[in-house]
Amino acid sequence: MNRLFSELQWLPRAPEAFSLALKTVANSAGPLGRELQALALHGLDLNQLTKLAKVIAMARSDGKSLDPLVPFRLAVLSNSTIDLTVPALVASAARHGIALEVVQPPYDQVAQEALTPGSMVNASMPDAVLFALDYRALPLKLSLGNAEAASATVQGAIGYLQALRNGIKSNSRAVCIFQSFAPPVEPLFGSLDRALPGTLRSIVDAINRELAAMVFGSGDVLLDVASLAEIVGLADWHDTQLWNLGKFSFSDELIPLYSDHVARTVAALRGKSRKALILDLDNTVWGGVIGDDGMEGIQIAQGDARGEAYRAVQRMALDLRQRGIVLAVSSKNTDEVAREPFEKHPEMLLKLDHIAVFQANWNDKATNIQAIAEELCLGLDAMVFLDDSPVERGLVRRLLPQVAVPELPEEPAWYARTLAAAGYFEAVTFANEDLQRAGFYLDNARRANLQKQAGGVDAYLASLDMTITFQPFDATGRARIVQLINKSNQYNLTTRRYTDPEVTAVGNNPEVFTLQVRLADIFGDNGMISVVICRPGEPGVWEIDTWLMSCRVLGRKVEHMVLREVLEHARHAGIHKLSGTYIPTDRNKLVIDHYPRLGFTKVVEEESGLTRWELPVEGAEPEGAPMKIVSKGFRTPKEMLTA
Amino acid sequence: MDEPQIYARLAQIFEDVFDEDAMNITPELSAKDVDGWDSLTHIRLILAIEKAFKIKFSTSEIGKLQNVGDLVTLIQARA
Repeated sequence: MNRLFSELQWLPRAPEAFSLALKTVANSAGPLGRELQALALHGLDLNQLTKLAKVIAMARSDGKSLDPLVPFRLAVLSNSTIDLTVPALVASAARHGIALEVVQPPYDQVAQEALTPGSMVNASMPDAVLFALDYRALPLKLSLGNAEAASATVQGAIGYLQALRNGIKSNSRAVCIFQSFAPPVEPLFGSLDRALPGTLRSIVDAINRELAAMVFGSGDVLLDVASLAEIVGLADWHDTQLWNLGKFSFSDELIPLYSDHVARTVAALRGKSRKALILDLDNTVWGGVIGDDGMEGIQIAQGDARGEAYRAVQRMALDLRQRGIVLAVSSKNTDEVAREPFEKHPEMLLKLDHIAVFQANWNDKATNIQAIAEELCLGLDAMVFLDDSPVERGLVRRLLPQVAVPELPEEPAWYARTLAAAGYFEAVTFANEDLQRAGFYLDNARRANLQKQAGGVDAYLASLDMTITFQPFDATGRARIVQLINKSNQYNLTTRRYTDPEVTAVGNNPEVFTLQVRLADIFGDNGMISVVICRPGEPGVWEIDTWLMSCRVLGRKVEHMVLREVLEHARHAGIHKLSGTYIPTDRNKLVIDHYPRLGFTKVVEEESGLTRWELPVEGAEPEGAPMKIVSKGFRTPKEMLTA
Repeated sequence: MDEPQIYARLAQIFEDVFDEDAMNITPELSAKDVDGWDSLTHIRLILAIEKAFKIKFSTSEIGKLQNVGDLVTLIQARA
């Protein structure tokens, strides 16, 4: 049995005290989602998965919240015994951020459940129905050498699956997840089984091909069990004794693997597939350490035994990029030293052009990864981080638990395979749109989902339950303020960069109005997402020196709420006009109409594209958004009066 | 492996599968004595025991098991 797959070796091993940790979570008041997900993010065996599922079941019956896990109701129809698998499905779903509820009808009632309008499955209005069928569920007849009869058998099987699908579709809007079929291990002839029509092997092959075609692009999904079985080996997949003992479709040792694959599919349906791959450099994309070994010393040459392993990682990264996964680099190196192989090494497959964000510095990787996520306007839960160092992996896992960090084996030859095995970038046709938009303005599919449900932008915004917090610059926020000021390129009106001491000085200057803005919503705390600096200009005028925002919160009227707060303070300070400038760069086209959208009037437009805008404070009533407002840390309005 | 060791290991496995804290595993113990020891749990137990002791039982051996004592005899013969 290949342990990479059977033990899910891209996941860290469960801690010794796993049972104890699980009990502690079970006894806490909740919401339990984060801790449950954290515990699930290990290579758990069937017993551990079962225990975790039990805790989730108890939490549900105790009415405890499973937030922030996203609920999903999955009905499972099977011709085999799935009782051991169901708890594993629930626990594996938690790993992928899903609170799974499984609807399990009585054994082997597939057609009855799918075709009867009031059946348990149909009445439960599931989000998806998994047809966990194996080849024994299909009406298959051998017809050795008879192509016509074989074709009829194939059509019969497809027809059966179509009927099941139609049954579900006419009763609910559930997505149908079909499994491809792992053929049996025992050939009748040997090599001839594949080519000769009417053998079990060639019939199952044909069914799988037709099934894939039937499902592709339809909105339903194929779970390619046939490939999974092939990957681990059909002889390890099928356990004939276990089928005889209790009608188990496949070996119990592969239940954790199978469950993880089902969970990935469900997570992909909820838009949770990852979108970016962040690469470490030394000993991850090349052998050796560029700072020490230099260009001649690093190993990436074709034909070099070690080098080939790292080339495979580069090749995989390039292939992923071609399908829309964004690439970034986070390396502990001097920037020039780290870039050199990309620019000059003839054997490098990856070039600088392929890398959307290149972070080579001496900061800790957690800080870098946050900056990368910011720059890409993607959540941390969209990131995968590949690093050969267990120390770096541990750090990122601890500080940024939403980032996926696969374990890597000692031997680099298995790096690429391990990354692929982890399935972070699993996709279903449902999420095709998201894959194509792997650019800078990626929106969270959950929010898109919510928008579809809520009907109308305002209702959507209200359903986000947002809280916006305004504070002046302070010591606690300074590091993040400096980061935002220096890293924001797109939603940045003037792209003025300030060093840490300069930010401190600005914050301490009583004549300057500063704002650090935080936003939280039902999905969590977005942290600090906007920074504003207003300086005194002509008497009674505030010049907006800096206005920047994280693109993560675009379209939520945050900028309107910020303007309202600025106006509030301007009024108290006796200011009668706000003046703003847009300084165009090749990165901030996005904000060309920021000021007009907020009701400002243009007063100047220069050839360079620079524009100046004004807004009288008196009578300005920007539209707000349904948000709770917290405003704290400001000196009283009287003290804010400027000369 | 001697008998006490086997019983100790079996106790761990039973406690794991049944999610109980301290089970008393005696030779006479059988499915009728334990809540939740149904045919499915029985298979889970067999699978866990096979893995723990790195052995495989034949279908007919499994079919003949009446109680834990029978199980221990089988394990001793194999392990």
